[in-house]
Amino acid sequence: MSKRPEHQAPPEVFYNDEEARKYTQNSRIIEIQGQMTERCLELLLLPEDSSCLLLDIGCGSGLSGTVLEENGHMWIGMDISSSMLDVAVERDTEGGLVLADMGEGVPFRAGCFDGAVSVSAIQWLFNADKKTHNPVKRLNKFFTTLYSSLSRSARAVFQFYPENEKQLELLTTQAMKAGFYGGVVIDYPNSAKAKKFFLVLMTGGVGPLPQALGTEEPDSLQVKYAKREATKGIRGKPIKNSKDWILEKKERRRKQGKITKPDTKYTGRKRSGRF
Amino acid sequence: MKLITHNMLTSKCLKGVVTGYPLAINATDIKVKEVDFNPEFISRVIPKLDWEVLWVAADSIGHSDGLPRSLENKYDENEEFLKKAHKVLLEVEVEEGHLTCPESGRQFPISKGIPNMLLNEAEVQ
Ligand SMILES: C[S@@+](CC[C@H](N)C(=O)[O-])C[C@H]1O[C@@H](n2cnc3c(N)ncnc32)[C@H](O)[C@@H]1O
Repeated sequence: MSKRPEHQAPPEVFYNDEEARKYTQNSRIIEIQGQMTERCLELLLLPEDSSCLLLDIGCGSGLSGTVLEENGHMWIGMDISSSMLDVAVERDTEGGLVLADMGEGVPFRAGCFDGAVSVSAIQWLFNADKKTHNPVKRLNKFFTTLYSSLSRSARAVFQFYPENEKQLELLTTQAMKAGFYGGVVIDYPNSAKAKKFFLVLMTGGVGPLPQALGTEEPDSLQVKYAKREATKGIRGKPIKNSKDWILEKKERRRKQGKITKPDTKYTGRKRSGRF
Repeated sequence: MKLITHNMLTSKCLKGVVTGYPLAINATDIKVKEVDFNPEFISRVIPKLDWEVLWVAADSIGHSDGLPRSLENKYDENEEFLKKAHKVLLEVEVEEGHLTCPESGRQFPISKGIPNMLLNEAEVQ
């Protein structure tokens, strides 16, 4: 069975009282969520030395919120799991908390936030946990209402765990449809462990996407980069039926002593259709 | 629920609701929790607020004492005012009660300080 929490149960079920406690006490999780929130803040490019009002989407037990506070910001968080929010209350976080499903829309007034962050949460929107759930519709509702809740020239930065390239595309397409522009920044794209995806969305003004960490790639539009990378698959495995995939498979067969055709320049090429 | 949250919160995600603002507060339990005073944040956030809605909300839960009904000029230089606004915005918490949508009458429970804005399937747009 997949290790992804999104494949196991709906978020409000997965993050029950026990999981919420375990999650929030795990020192490794605290550290990683903290680092990723710092990076989100960096990518938000907020005006220097000012305290902002931020929206934290999928704020959970407030591990991300604590980092926002430490950086002098005030936040309002929304989450679908009441167990996670209860832990946020116990931890005495300073943010305002709302129990809400981002797929139903962002329930705030127009223009009220200076920026939004979301750490390890939006991949949940690819799920259809109820019969009535349609991921495309939910993404659309989410992005359009998020767009309106942000002040002009504000940004929204999401760290997330995409499963495949299709999800990356769906996410960026829906965000652009809602009026945002921006793309995906991939930090440490060549490291299986450190590789991190950040969707960086902007509401106005024209600014280039920030440079990713851990890559020499001068071209900072990492969406393109993601596409090139994706021939490798998101987990570093080649995509099925690609040339790399066939070569790897043949290599495995040879190691197992099975009869395998030699590799040639035709290996993995599409047949031209002519005879 | 803090009043800053209330000032931003709407029920516009409900099917058939247009603005869903302001939500009426019905409080059965209110608490005051200390939060560090950051005058710079308070001055910056005030222009984003609907001040009238804040005043009415504070008044409806018995915390409008000393809070001016309308904003004065140069409020950002008035420390006493900023402290008062800080308290009302960030320290007063509605622990239990409910919010009511001004258009549909739908109630949203507030429990353990958290408003529950989850919709049922028929209410989603
Ligand atoms: C891995 S936790 C991250 C929590 C917090 N941001 C942190 O950094 O520790 C993911 C959170 O996303 C929330 N979530 C998942 N789907 C959601 C949805 N549809 N609406 C709101 N929150 C959601 C979950 O309840 C969970 O608290």
